[in-house]
Amino acid sequence: MKLSAIKLRWDTAVGVLLVAVFITGLGTTDGFASHDNLAFAFNDIAEVALMALPMTLLVVAGQVDLSVASMLGLASALTGELWDAGWAFETIVPIVLLVGVVGGLINGWLVTRVGLPSLAVTIGTLALYRGLASVVLGTGAITDFPETYAKWAVDTTTVPGTFLTYPVVLFIVLAAVAAVVLHATGLGRSLFAIGAQEDAAYFAGIRVKRVKLLLFVVSGLISAFAGIVFTLRYGSARADNGQGFEMLVIASVLLGGVDFDGGKGTLFGAVAGVLLIGVLKNLLTLNDVANEVQVIVTGLLLVASVLTPRLITTVSAWRHRRAAAQAG
Amino acid sequence: MFQRSPEQHRHRAAATAAAVCALAVALAGCGGTTKKDNDNGGAAKSDAKADPDAPLKKGLKLAYLPKQINNPYEKIVDEAGIAAAGEFGGKGKEVGPSDASASSQVSYINTLVQQRQDAILIAANDPNAVCGPLKQAMKKDIKVVAYDSDTAPACRQLFINQASSEEIGRSQVQHLAEQLDYKGEIAILSATQNATNQNTWIEFMKDELSKPAYKNMKLVKTVYGDDDDQKSFQETQGLLKAYPKLKGIISPTTVGIAAAARYISGSSYKGKVVLNGLGTPNQMRKYVKDGTVEQFALWDPKKLGYLGSYAAAALASGQITGAEGEKFTAGKLGEYTVGKDGEVILGPPTVFDKSNIDKYHF
Repeated sequence: MKLSAIKLRWDTAVGVLLVAVFITGLGTTDGFASHDNLAFAFNDIAEVALMALPMTLLVVAGQVDLSVASMLGLASALTGELWDAGWAFETIVPIVLLVGVVGGLINGWLVTRVGLPSLAVTIGTLALYRGLASVVLGTGAITDFPETYAKWAVDTTTVPGTFLTYPVVLFIVLAAVAAVVLHATGLGRSLFAIGAQEDAAYFAGIRVKRVKLLLFVVSGLISAFAGIVFTLRYGSARADNGQGFEMLVIASVLLGGVDFDGGKGTLFGAVAGVLLIGVLKNLLTLNDVANEVQVIVTGLLLVASVLTPRLITTVSAWRHRRAAAQAG
Repeated sequence: MFQRSPEQHRHRAAATAAAVCALAVALAGCGGTTKKDNDNGGAAKSDAKADPDAPLKKGLKLAYLPKQINNPYEKIVDEAGIAAAGEFGGKGKEVGPSDASASSQVSYINTLVQQRQDAILIAANDPNAVCGPLKQAMKKDIKVVAYDSDTAPACRQLFINQASSEEIGRSQVQHLAEQLDYKGEIAILSATQNATNQNTWIEFMKDELSKPAYKNMKLVKTVYGDDDDQKSFQETQGLLKAYPKLKGIISPTTVGIAAAARYISGSSYKGKVVLNGLGTPNQMRKYVKDGTVEQFALWDPKKLGYLGSYAAAALASGQITGAEGEKFTAGKLGEYTVGKDGEVILGPPTVFDKSNIDKYHF
């Protein structure tokens, strides 16, 4: 089997792996294929999946937003606090989304105007937004959200005849939009250009700062929305909701073969990555595999996803050199 | 859209922001869905009739779902519960998350439902976040028993309480007050900010402290070590630095009290600051012997797990339904009665000190 014969790209490989894991689940594990379980398994990663979409665009452009999970927590805390104060849920949603936009603007402004690297900025706002969440809601939890809205978020409500929950349906729609933006528009092309070589992109007439700002704003907005979904899904608004999710989001994106150095990656890969992490977790839990082992599996997959493409490149370069030497 | 024209851009952003605000204000004026007094009622009701004479079913599958899998205290509870299940021919197991966050237990509940367990025994990280899936479980006739840390009453059939929360909360303050001669600044080192049990106890501690007998004692701060050894250690260090006049610390969590004792034993505060709380004899033995800690309290976690398994089995066999006043026999522990809201109380906590600590090994 020649490596060069199969031009297998990493994102395709993750897609194949996802299908393989899924089929393994169907074949080996009782209860995996049940409607309830599939609805739960995908809904359980809905917020992470939603946040992975803007994250993919950011990483392609050579940026990262580590504050997404803290924004989710802040949105959750705000939703709870305003609800507790007697505000109408229809009013709370736009306010919380606006806070998400402002949070994104702060990230984007610090990156583009002050010229700080996004990693440093969003490590700061990760702490800041989580801190604000604690200030807003303190240490308690707010519950009893309106059934009218909660029923759209929970895994027991699915599109009739399918196991797709509404947050998952929304994810599918937004993923399609993100895929078109990234792979079929000028904006998408400019993201790759910025990620590959920012200065060159600027001299080519791309509004680098404006594009970056927009990405952070979208990321903040989606994270705030994910916070509302999370709150309704668990029926519990808390300042520490979604703690640590930023790592899951970034891990999914990297697992899907999006290059952390920017300039390379596909949305398909990122989606396959997030679904793979979700399906694997569900399958391993169903088989009573201990949490520690699950973490190790995810870690190994990640290391493989970062290493494999490099290995393939190195090996093929070496073959080329050898072939050239033999010919010469 | 992405061509240079900063002026236009700025105008548009402002217009958008204004529009969103206007929308929010407009919506606010429309009323809409607001918080109503949702009455969540008491414990989960079942239409089934209890049959106290029903035999315990054989081959019951019980699953213990602790707050987090690597909590030594909960391991003792769960292992005792699993052993008890063996006594009546059942099969127990322990599964759970590695972090004690509100949402982490939910995927395990879903899994246990898929695996068709007969009963789920859960120590809840958040009383409400686990509600939806637990109600789903009960719909599928899986019995739900909370232990150690309760869920909202509507989301389980029974709550096995290690001791009455009031008794724990008040007795912690009483013991410390006796040690301090009812004088001085005190602090609390708790687990996570949302731990149901800890927060209930702390409420009762505060209520006890508001009595006139404690007028010379002052609670200056409650800090949270998240049931993490290192964080609890650091919080203790921080407390003693921030409040030089601190005379006593109550840590109602086994992880917290052990970490606090470790810090105090190696510091200049040893013998000057009184530490009391809830701990396990194995963790605290050396601190009692070296004089860092005079006394601490706990119930026997093995009995808690044992009672949990028998209660779950009684539910699954139809001997009880979770209604107040029902009685069941918990093996060698004897007869228990279901109290209000499906609560079953294990008994009063034990105080451990130099005189009796060597009798206990857990």
